[in-house]
Amino acid sequence: MIPYYYLGSIALVVIGIYIVIAKKNLIKIIIGLDIMDTGVNLLLISVGYVKNATAPIENVPGPYVDPIPQALVLTAIVIGVSVMALALSIAIGIYKKTGTLELDELMGVEE
Amino acid sequence: MKRVLAIIIAILLFVVFAMAFAKIPFGEQMSKYPHYYNPIENQTSNMSLPQHYLTYGKKDTGATNMVTAVVVDYRGFDTLGEVTVLFLASTGVGSLMYVENKAKKKVKRSNAVVETGSKLLFGFIILFGAYIFIHGHLTPGGGFPGGAIIASSFLLLYLAYPKFHAEHKRLNVSESLAGLTFVIVGLLGLAIAGYFLYNFLPFGLPTYLFSAGVIPVIYVAIGVKVGSELTGIVDAMMGVRE
Repeated sequence: MIPYYYLGSIALVVIGIYIVIAKKNLIKIIIGLDIMDTGVNLLLISVGYVKNATAPIENVPGPYVDPIPQALVLTAIVIGVSVMALALSIAIGIYKKTGTLELDELMGVEE
Repeated sequence: MKRVLAIIIAILLFVVFAMAFAKIPFGEQMSKYPHYYNPIENQTSNMSLPQHYLTYGKKDTGATNMVTAVVVDYRGFDTLGEVTVLFLASTGVGSLMYVENKAKKKVKRSNAVVETGSKLLFGFIILFGAYIFIHGHLTPGGGFPGGAIIASSFLLLYLAYPKFHAEHKRLNVSESLAGLTFVIVGLLGLAIAGYFLYNFLPFGLPTYLFSAGVIPVIYVAIGVKVGSELTGIVDAMMGVRE
């Protein structure tokens, strides 16, 4: 039986891929990329889970969960935010140059 | 047509990923992980890598928050690269959004409740962000959440006051100084102990504020850097006024 955490995060990744393929609006594609990013982060975190364990902050006793995926996700979140900011500013630039955000119209626009 | 194809691809990918992840155990004890191989000493430890971090982390780094210990001390280069990525993103946004003189349109003022409320909240949010990144080695949080909280307080001011404008030169100065602090602390470690980002300060008592060597210094630098960078991104994006 596959745990629900894996299924949910894989579903988020797949929904992101579907949005990137099927949608035509640039902002919607960026939202799809963000959903994919969230799914990957959730997947990474859930791989490091240990049953009945607490957060790896050594003020409390007890078994701790794996700290390495948390460190990796801390990095991945910041990179996701950076990519999102750059993509949004590129979208703003495209809108200012061409006046549209639809991919179909952008294909036909000359310069 | 394209939508149907996309749905088929998505379902196929879901099945493939789910079949792959069905083999990965969930919530298992760390003692079942593969053991940690140390390439420098060329020997295998009798515990896995996360167990190694959790067992020796407090002794090796002096920090109570193991995620901080991993992020800043054991895997310091990750954080250096991450800060570089954020710096490049803020530079990129700044250069893409560059407008010569920001022609300010007549903007409607927000109402008095919003203005006064955000003026009162601004200081508290800055204080809380500083608390988060100063206590990065003791409590959950650290440089990146603290910096994001500080940037959110500036975003509040940007939204409440249409005329508000953070001085870009000062933002650049604080950003560069914080980045330099990080690299110089790393180079000092190289000069003193022979490793870049070596933890050369005394560890002190665990759970006290002045503990964990260079980790609080680096996290304060990262907090200031992330705060000013995200504020710069917000400023560049709000500067676009047609």
